[in-house]
Amino acid sequence: MELSALLLQVLNGLDKGSAYALIALGLTLIFGTLGVVNFAHGALFMIGAFCSVTLQRLLSTSVITLDETKLDFLGNPAKISTPYVNTWFGPDIGNAIIDWSVPLAILFAIPIMLLIGFVMERGLIKHFYKRPHADQILVTFGLAIVLQEAVKYFFGANQIPAPAPDMFVGSFDFGVYIGMNPGKLMYPYWRIVYFLFALVIILAVFSFLQFTTFGMVVRAGMADRETVGLLGINIDKRFTIMFGIAAAVAGLAGVMYTPINPPSYTMGMDFLVISFVVVVVGGMGSLPGAVLAGFLLGILESFASIRQVIDVLPGINNLVIYLAAIMILLARPRGLLGRKGVMEN
Amino acid sequence: MSSEKKRSQLPLTRRSVLKAGAAGIAAGTAPMIISTKAHAYLNEPKGSSVTLGFNVPQSGPYADEGADELRAYELAVEHLNGGGDGGMMGTFSSDALQGNGILGKKVEYVTGDTQTKPDAARASARSMIEKDGAIMITGGSSSGVAVAVQGLCQEAGVIFMAGLTHSNDTTGKDKKANGFRHFFNSYMSGAALAPILAANYGEDRVAYHLTADYNWGYTTEEAVRTSTEALGWKTAAAVKTPLAQTDFSSYIAPVQASGADVLILNHYGANMVNSLTSAVQFGLRNAQSNGKNFEIVVPLYSRLMAKGAGENVKGIFGSTNWHWSLEDEGSKAFVKSFGTKYGFPPSQAAHTCYVQTLLYADACERAGTHDPCGVGEALEGFEFDGLGNGPTLYRAEDHQCFKDVLVVKGKENPENEFDLLEIVEVTPVSQVTYDASIFGGELGTCNAG
Repeated sequence: MELSALLLQVLNGLDKGSAYALIALGLTLIFGTLGVVNFAHGALFMIGAFCSVTLQRLLSTSVITLDETKLDFLGNPAKISTPYVNTWFGPDIGNAIIDWSVPLAILFAIPIMLLIGFVMERGLIKHFYKRPHADQILVTFGLAIVLQEAVKYFFGANQIPAPAPDMFVGSFDFGVYIGMNPGKLMYPYWRIVYFLFALVIILAVFSFLQFTTFGMVVRAGMADRETVGLLGINIDKRFTIMFGIAAAVAGLAGVMYTPINPPSYTMGMDFLVISFVVVVVGGMGSLPGAVLAGFLLGILESFASIRQVIDVLPGINNLVIYLAAIMILLARPRGLLGRKGVMEN
Repeated sequence: MSSEKKRSQLPLTRRSVLKAGAAGIAAGTAPMIISTKAHAYLNEPKGSSVTLGFNVPQSGPYADEGADELRAYELAVEHLNGGGDGGMMGTFSSDALQGNGILGKKVEYVTGDTQTKPDAARASARSMIEKDGAIMITGGSSSGVAVAVQGLCQEAGVIFMAGLTHSNDTTGKDKKANGFRHFFNSYMSGAALAPILAANYGEDRVAYHLTADYNWGYTTEEAVRTSTEALGWKTAAAVKTPLAQTDFSSYIAPVQASGADVLILNHYGANMVNSLTSAVQFGLRNAQSNGKNFEIVVPLYSRLMAKGAGENVKGIFGSTNWHWSLEDEGSKAFVKSFGTKYGFPPSQAAHTCYVQTLLYADACERAGTHDPCGVGEALEGFEFDGLGNGPTLYRAEDHQCFKDVLVVKGKENPENEFDLLEIVEVTPVSQVTYDASIFGGELGTCNAG
């Protein structure tokens, strides 16, 4: 096998791992702060993706005029749609705004996801803090199905394309920078953007927790909630905000994922199970563990998808993450970076 | 219209239990009953109406396609009962349909949700047959479902008019006497596509197949592979992809290094949307291989899929059973009727479902009975025209319709949101006809319940 093929799978793995790491990071934030196993987290990823679709549609809202010179499929005068943004800013700027709807959706999604997170936590999940994990799983899984069906009701079951801006369409020739022949190692621009975006978000979350007073209190609360409460700090309020932040992280992962695969209402469920495995492998409650396991398992899955591997072990690409999880948990029962005491009382 | 609609999941009542029990006893003692009562058959309509069962995906990944099928069925029922503008009843070569229902009985319908799962589809079909008295089951958006429901209808003793199912097996190794398919199949796609591919891309090509890992994927790969290899193409590799796969990057990434210069995506629905999106992202559309432009082919196209894949379909060849832009009188009448009622043109799934309903009703009229065996006999070898695909034959040997096949291409400059595919060629039926025995299977004998 050529070096370029191996490097390609590393890049693929980093890309898959980006999505796993972002979702697992949010899951761990919620589990570490509130002790809740949130099965609706995949649905938050999906809602983030549909924020992209919604913004694209809002920006494409058009004024309809009839063009007598053209006919529609029924033979009536054709309806010509001119987006309002084109009318307001001229076609060049208007089209550029629509073209950039996915990156712009980051700004659109943050307040929406924070709000959804707050409402979810205050409206439903807080009532289940003292209930067994099984109850939490049932209620959040039920919520995931409700959210999924709600999205299907409004957007339909078919996938909806939400492409990347034109300047990010196509592939980047990695190979020529490391001495390979041109065309040997091409990788899509947007997937590189996705990986870099994931790194920025992960760094931002860690910095927030590490370098702000708010973050310090949250970390203290994660370590010993009772003592922090006794110091007169309203830790519940801060944990609610953390739930909102976790929802926003999942949502942003979804927003930027839309050009990779056109979103559908089922996309959250596709990521949910693997993200849980990532959290467990990383170590329950460990944020660096979630990120590390996300990238590791992403790369592992990618290597297992190489045709030469599948030819020898058919179906291994679907199993490898779970096999690795079993082996890691046998060797390190608390996961890669799990600490003593978490989920053990 | 709404008064005609009954729910398929009716609560269990004493009457329905007795009815189901009686049906069960009748099934168990069928030979005896048939010998003493020559015209009895399952769900024989006794009152002034006849009930059809529309079994379509109302949930799951093909729910939008199922919704379009249901729209077509509602339109067909309206036309059969004399409502609306009559649609293709006015262009149909047979004049047996009078707009007074089927054999004078008003057409009513029940619906079931296949969920695109064979087990769920069988359960909903069984419920419609046993509880609601459906005399014919039709619809579906998957070959797995079609084969499963066709088998059930054969056992139960009702006619099955398949919806969207493209696997060779539906009218090949899994064919049944009670089952009929209007939609085309993988073999026909391969036979129609190969010459166009050779004409556009040359005969010296190396193909790389990605194939959905289930029945339809296999038959499509085989059909396209056989047809293209016969014209001189070589096959570099054929890789199976899990049906549940969403990220195809690991499968797409090695394609270019394999020495292939054409990627053939034997995928449907979300599989196709995702694999094509990945292929375009990885730059295959603009790549060069073996000194030629790299090309992508999607053997089975649908407008809904093309919509999901967006810009990525532009210039990509595929085949389709029917397209709303056809200019024959039947297609125009159907598009007008459907478009006026719903505000957008029908999909190929809607077309085949509408046509199947009309063909069933027409066969009942010509046979003078709702008896599945009589209806089946009327459909076998039936030649017709005016339903959108030109002259068509319902072949008696395998219950497969033979008609022209459309080779299409993703349109470069669409004029509106529905204008996604353009017809490149109408492949004549003679070019896609095959011997009925090549896919094996036995029709068996018809079962009237």
